[in-house]
Amino acid sequence: MDIVKLTLTKVPELYLEAENITPDHFAGKTAQQIGELHVHLGNTTAKISDYFTVEGKGGATAADTKIIISGPTDKVKYIGMKMTAGEIEVQGNTDMYTAAWMAGGKIHVKGNVDSFCAIGMTGGEFIVDGNAKNYLAASYRGDWRGMQGGKVIVKGNAGSDTATFMNGGTIDIGGNVDVHLGTHAEGGKIIVRGNAKGRVGGQMVKGDIFVLGQVERMMPTYILKGEEEVELDGKKQMFQVWIGDMGERHGKRKGEIIYGKIYVPSGKAEAAAPAARAESKKKLTDKQLEQVKEAFKGQEPTVQQVRTYIYDTFDIDMKPMQVSRLIDGLKR
Amino acid sequence: MSKTCTDVICPFCGTLCDDLIVTTDDEGKKILNVENACAIGAEKFLHASDHSHRVTRPQKLQEDGSFKEITYDEAIEYTAQMLANAKKPSMYGWSSTNCESQSVGHEIAELCGALVDNTAAVCHGTTLIAVQNVGIPSCTLGEVKNRADRVIFWGCNPAHAHPRHMSRYSIFPRGYFTGKGQKQRKIIVVDPRPTDTASLADVHLQVEQGYDYELLQALRAAVRGNELTGDIIAGVPKEKVYEAAELLKSGRFGVIFFGMGVTQSLGKDHNIDAAIMLTKDLNDYTKFSIIAMRGHYNVTGSGQVLGWQFGFPYSVDLSRGFARYNPGETGTIEVLKRKEIDAMFVLGSDPGAHFPMECVKEISRLPSVAIDPHITPTTAICKVHVPVAFVGVEVGGNCYRMDNVPIEARKVVEPPEGMMTDEEFLKAVLKRVKELKAN
Amino acid sequence: MSEYIIKNGKVYDPKTGLKGDVADVCIKDGKIADKVSNKAKVIDAKGKTVMAGAVEVHAHVAGPKVNEGRNYRPEDKLFTYKPTGKNTRMSGGFSIPTTFKTGYEYARMGYTTVMEAAMPPLYARHVHEEIKDTPIIDEGAFPVFGNNWFVFEYLKNNEMDNVCAYISWLLKTTKGYAIKIVNPGGSEAWGWGENCTTVNDPVPYFDITPAEIVKGLLTANEKMGLPHSIHIHSNNLGNPGNYTTTLDTLKIAEGVKPNNKFGREQVLHHTHVQFHSYKGDSWANFESGAKEIADYFNKNKNMTMDLGCVTLDETTTMTADGPFEHHLTSLNHLKWANVDVELETSSGIVPYVYDPNIKVCAIQWAIGLELGLLAKDPMRTFITTDHPNAGPFTRYPRIMKWLMSDKSRQAMLKGFKNSDKVIAATNLASIDRELTLYEIAQMTRAGPAKSLGLYDTFGGLAPGMDADVVVYDLNEDKIKDAEEIEKAFSAADYVFKSGTLVVENGEVINNGNKRTLWVDAKVPMNEQVERDVQMKFLKFYSMNLNNYEVSNHYVPNPYVIEVDSN
Repeated sequence: MDIVKLTLTKVPELYLEAENITPDHFAGKTAQQIGELHVHLGNTTAKISDYFTVEGKGGATAADTKIIISGPTDKVKYIGMKMTAGEIEVQGNTDMYTAAWMAGGKIHVKGNVDSFCAIGMTGGEFIVDGNAKNYLAASYRGDWRGMQGGKVIVKGNAGSDTATFMNGGTIDIGGNVDVHLGTHAEGGKIIVRGNAKGRVGGQMVKGDIFVLGQVERMMPTYILKGEEEVELDGKKQMFQVWIGDMGERHGKRKGEIIYGKIYVPSGKAEAAAPAARAESKKKLTDKQLEQVKEAFKGQEPTVQQVRTYIYDTFDIDMKPMQVSRLIDGLKR
Repeated sequence: MSKTCTDVICPFCGTLCDDLIVTTDDEGKKILNVENACAIGAEKFLHASDHSHRVTRPQKLQEDGSFKEITYDEAIEYTAQMLANAKKPSMYGWSSTNCESQSVGHEIAELCGALVDNTAAVCHGTTLIAVQNVGIPSCTLGEVKNRADRVIFWGCNPAHAHPRHMSRYSIFPRGYFTGKGQKQRKIIVVDPRPTDTASLADVHLQVEQGYDYELLQALRAAVRGNELTGDIIAGVPKEKVYEAAELLKSGRFGVIFFGMGVTQSLGKDHNIDAAIMLTKDLNDYTKFSIIAMRGHYNVTGSGQVLGWQFGFPYSVDLSRGFARYNPGETGTIEVLKRKEIDAMFVLGSDPGAHFPMECVKEISRLPSVAIDPHITPTTAICKVHVPVAFVGVEVGGNCYRMDNVPIEARKVVEPPEGMMTDEEFLKAVLKRVKELKAN
Repeated sequence: MSEYIIKNGKVYDPKTGLKGDVADVCIKDGKIADKVSNKAKVIDAKGKTVMAGAVEVHAHVAGPKVNEGRNYRPEDKLFTYKPTGKNTRMSGGFSIPTTFKTGYEYARMGYTTVMEAAMPPLYARHVHEEIKDTPIIDEGAFPVFGNNWFVFEYLKNNEMDNVCAYISWLLKTTKGYAIKIVNPGGSEAWGWGENCTTVNDPVPYFDITPAEIVKGLLTANEKMGLPHSIHIHSNNLGNPGNYTTTLDTLKIAEGVKPNNKFGREQVLHHTHVQFHSYKGDSWANFESGAKEIADYFNKNKNMTMDLGCVTLDETTTMTADGPFEHHLTSLNHLKWANVDVELETSSGIVPYVYDPNIKVCAIQWAIGLELGLLAKDPMRTFITTDHPNAGPFTRYPRIMKWLMSDKSRQAMLKGFKNSDKVIAATNLASIDRELTLYEIAQMTRAGPAKSLGLYDTFGGLAPGMDADVVVYDLNEDKIKDAEEIEKAFSAADYVFKSGTLVVENGEVINNGNKRTLWVDAKVPMNEQVERDVQMKFLKFYSMNLNNYEVSNHYVPNPYVIEVDSN
């Protein structure tokens, strides 16, 4: 394999769009030629060499090309977009859309990734040592075809809206996931080794979701079918099998309805008393209220002025309605 | 002597009432009276025509924090320079102006490679996302008036936010097939709180806050005659869920109205997604539609114009020379939070009052221009404030109602002397931007 | 104004009878001229095809359901978006293009006049806003009448004078062009979740049948002498066995003579006939009914049709046939949008993937082409895809290729996964007719223009007509590979619109000065209808009567066709 080494030397003032950083684009090119490829910052166009030093050369084909990226790449988007073969290794963190529409090859990010990574993935392997944010391996807005194939491994946590409209492939999360895992899924396999917040498998038509930790609150539209011995990670384990989503349509095979399935380890109860989902109203202490009163003594402050003061002084972001009521309360 | 204008459109909320009667003085300069409007609408008209407190010329923020008056030409120059020189400017708002102005704004945005976004970003954007996932069976408000016998208000409180909605469309009107008015309608309110709208309901489901999605999916299961787990479903006893499903199925024409209670609570677009899917499922048994209670009077219009010109209804990114769309990346709140833009242009909305403080701080840090007839929390933090005529009061133009019906707003009085309209200001900025970009 | 002379091209023009003859075409002051001065700019068209600008008779390109389609399908824009150009705004959308793209792509193919197929009157202002934002092409829009409460009541009571007064008023109020009928009666039944699937199913509560609605509007149209005939999408679209419903509908027009001063010879235009030519009684034994339908059209010369050819793409269906769209989503489970419009109509949108490896889709593809090939009179048979329902309009060049090349059709048939079953269920394999360029010109220019009553202005190259002229890089005598046909018609060498050069070498160079066509039927309003309108607006509409009319500034460059009142 031929290796191309990219080192970020200049942190972009806004964000860098780097969809040209793929083995497909680097194949057959010298370091010089690679440096000439475009990157985009807002409505301006620059070259890879404006932001990165480039060493090495591309392989004869994408499959023969490996790209190693180092430096503070936190604000670089679209690395690996649509790649079909070859490898990318990122030493640090990346921003959104890493591995978007990936079709083959391998991407390994040693740090964290942001949202919308691996959207529309059809093949290949995407590995993240750290955490992923929202919409991991989801479908693009409006597309009923989400992840079709390939493998996504996130060793840390993932955010909300993971695997929407999933059709195929495997996702393996080492840590926890936030709400709405596998919404509208019609296939595929998801493993969460930590805990899952609510709404696991919402509106799922078909698919398999394993949650080895705790499910915060199982959807009321999932029914406990029974216990089953299933193979996972090469060994057989007993799982509770929940079938659903009972509010959704399901296909039939040989007269039998095919449901989506959520597997939790036998003997695991639901997380006791899940956290309330009411918007916690931010409250000021009496001392803080006094401070506000003092600051605006003798004045008729606007909601905006008081809201800004509260944010600047106490680092609390209070909604305008609440501030308005607070001002009325202070007047009395 | 006075003049009377009939069939006036109220430029306040998405109900877009078009039956107002406005009486002005003979010269058409001052509004004397407004009939048929709700209190908020009437206030908007009367307040607008009181010029004594109106800012009538642009002003620029000085070093010491005060504002100094500048000419419209200077404001046009500042705006054009700011937009033309920025690498990724944002043009936000658009919900309180007419479609003609929105269109000119889009031309500027295309030339400058900007982001264009409207207030759906903080309101019904999540609805639009849900529609993109699962579609939307809907109808015009007249269909509700003429046919509906099951009306559900989910996460909205029209008694406060859309005051004339219930009398014009949803509860009280006697339509072609609904001669008995309220008597032949069953009203269901789903809200964690006992609201004023809930006090009119036949059934009030007090859903546990943040569990609307679960309740909606449960209703879908109940409609299908499937099992459910648990005795209490999202705060509602299981039998009541099945009863509600039967009540919906037994009607001959149902409609679900929904608002911020579900668009911005946990799950956001998923809540609406489930509500839409419930509506779709009900169409296998009877006739059902769903309508979003849009807030601003022309946020729908902004979505329409963005749609036919660029193909997306909000959070549009034109920076690469072709349009892209992905709320969560291209939306105004996230680009401000992530510090992804370098200039801010606001027209026809008030992000300074409604955005998270982190974003408000960023707006005040950036080069920024606010176009607004009033002084607002947004104009207070922008570098230049340009006052313009009130659409629907001092200048006409096309607007779109919450059910997407286009109604043309009228002009009933003259704006203050020498004041520009949105459209005029934007056209002048466009002209200047074209010159700057040609170099 | 500019003068041009297009020299030595092979001209295909039914209006002047040129069938590939080498001739010059002169342009002066926006019109075709007999001759021009020696200052005229010369366009060398040697070895190339010259035709009048094409006329689109039916496409969904402007209005609320088109825009709902755009906004609810962001994925339709992925990866195919064209950036801002020197003379063009950015343009995107594969199956539902933005308005800018619509204008540019039609123009690049040499289409210069386009009819928006269905305008809900309550939303007419929206349709016109989009038409305004569609560059280059002249456009008109057809308001829908087949599910209108006023029409129901007047026809039920046999009040022909009243229905004519109402139609004339509605055309003026909405700035509309013709009487469009979609799923007559059925879309009102859909207001209760029901439908009318035969011409004799009565509409719930209104107790009028589709046959009565069609007959009544047909009579009114001829009484008023409108430029176009009634334009109909009949009941039972898309269902196996529906060809009988189609024949029942067409029979209503049998023997009726046209009455108008626009040269129109048909009294009924049936649109996207492919969707209405199905035999069999289930998807299992689904087969082509194109023969029966084509035979009927061949015998009855007072009717015209457009094909509605399936292009085998992923596209978006959208129609005022609300119940059909609900049915479609129950089949493919894809996202369904629906809007019922008070007193007027309904509409639905569902994405659809016409997969060539699915037997039904391949049969549909064959049916569209069969209708075009079995038609004896190309002046009464027009090429469309019911854009975007059966495919995007940008595929017209591909359809022309299929119609002109038996080899390309056979290759398609052989390539289908279910090839044998498809061939068994259709007639296409045994049809070897290949349409000529002259026939294509009849099906895309002369025929549509004539059916719309616009043949004095559009669709031909006679002196005095609008100078809408197109030069394609194609020589009919030297075609080696059918692909050349698709390539040539996809991007014309030169396109003139009203005498202005708008496309050169396949690129838009000028945005022209598009007009909006509408018909002023001039039937005076009578007191009964005036009162009925006022009363219905007061009691049943959700908008005030005085806010209903589309004011003139939404039609900034109008082209009004006036009809003498009878």
